[in-house]
Amino acid sequence: MTDKTELNATHRELGARMVDFGGWDMPIAYGSQIEEHHAVRKDAGMFDVSHMTVVDLTGENTRGFLRTLVANNVDKLAKPGKALYTCMLDENGGVIDDLIVYFLREDFFRLVVNAATRAKDLAWIEKQAATFGVAVRERPEFGMIAVQGPNAREKLIGLLPAEAQEKARKLGKFAALETEGPDGMPLFLARTGYTGEDGFEVVVPNSRVVELWKHLHAAGVAPAGLGARDTLRLEAGMNLYGQDMDETVSPWEAALAWTLSFDEGRDFIGRAALEQHKAAGVKRVMVGLVMDDKGVLRHGQKVLTANGEGEILSGGFAPTLGKSIAFARIPAGEPGEVRVDIRGREVPVRVVKFPFVRDGQPMPGIIG
Amino acid sequence: MSNEIPGDLHFLKSHEWVRINDDGTATVGISDHAQGALGDLVYVELPEVGSSVEAGDGKGVAVVESVKAASDIYSPLSGEVVAVNEALSDAPETINSEPYEGGWIFKIKYSDRKEVDELLTPDAYAELIENEDH
Repeated sequence: MTDKTELNATHRELGARMVDFGGWDMPIAYGSQIEEHHAVRKDAGMFDVSHMTVVDLTGENTRGFLRTLVANNVDKLAKPGKALYTCMLDENGGVIDDLIVYFLREDFFRLVVNAATRAKDLAWIEKQAATFGVAVRERPEFGMIAVQGPNAREKLIGLLPAEAQEKARKLGKFAALETEGPDGMPLFLARTGYTGEDGFEVVVPNSRVVELWKHLHAAGVAPAGLGARDTLRLEAGMNLYGQDMDETVSPWEAALAWTLSFDEGRDFIGRAALEQHKAAGVKRVMVGLVMDDKGVLRHGQKVLTANGEGEILSGGFAPTLGKSIAFARIPAGEPGEVRVDIRGREVPVRVVKFPFVRDGQPMPGIIG
Repeated sequence: MSNEIPGDLHFLKSHEWVRINDDGTATVGISDHAQGALGDLVYVELPEVGSSVEAGDGKGVAVVESVKAASDIYSPLSGEVVAVNEALSDAPETINSEPYEGGWIFKIKYSDRKEVDELLTPDAYAELIENEDH
């Protein structure tokens, strides 16, 4: 049985091509995926991300629970509304999921986790929460729209009542607030995203999500599908769970070391394994690749390096760059002249730092 | 873009079309339905001129890559490749905008005209994609 978001009929009315995504019937594109990509880079686009799972954690000891549950340190969240990107690890240091934690009140934190990992995440969180007396509540009654692009914030802010506009405009990056939207709809507005552009991710009750979508559309925000979302996040150097990392991979091997926080005395799940792994030497690393030749890097292609073989994780055509880019996991060490096997042809690629694109522009050295 | 399938074409179930020309050659491309399903095309790997192709041998002659996926293109007829659409190297999106005209992929000098009888007529192909959509 395929799940549908409240916006399903709206997507179909807009002529979207629908696909199954983690058990959800979702729009991959409404027309040209490349035009949707450019709309987000140059103006404003919106994505139905209602398939993502909102989980509320409540109880006096919620912060203490999160200190154990996730690998980044929630003590970085000092002011209500602040958000943190983190991995949730198992005892072996494998990645169960990546997620965003929002600090709302000392006894109330909100998580947004991936759709495809929903059941496994909830089971894990509930199991760990029991001893902390923390209540875990999934919030399926909420939908979510990501509004992204250089003009996205202003277009959304224009829909808010006058008194809410200033607060929304002042909201800092990676922070959220609760406010009122058009016609009194309650909004949870987070200045976060998965595109490398500024914008908001908006949590709204299912009963109002279609209304909000139509307001945004009328304000000139272009509907964009999961196809554009994927090329945008890849250009932005953001990992996709299941493709770039999973339980068999540690954050060291997935370019996620920046999300780890080894604080004195904080014994988060997976810490011991991560420290052992680091001490033993990390054998594989995740790198960015750019291909200057024509063709497209794809998931699963073989990567040839001076130290042996690796493989393409996320790969694809980057519309902002007009060439193909990828993440690859390769043996650690100086890789030498790197090539990718595309249908038996060895095509040279460059190893680069990512993000590939930030705030609408290619990063230095990416174009070549 | 029109949804009309030109009446002079024949199709494979795998969505390639072929047009029989007056000079003993045939032109091959992919259908409007196929380009729509693939999405924006970003790369086409063309065959070598002079290479021989065999209908129904399960070997891809060309590859089209969209933002979503790579897809093999099969030849509806056997013969020898006599021309390729070089313009697609710089403008693969022509397949999206003109699948039945400017977006042709290669031409072959076919060896057995009777192979056309094995292919789908425009009506039969229209029915096939109609059923695929439901």
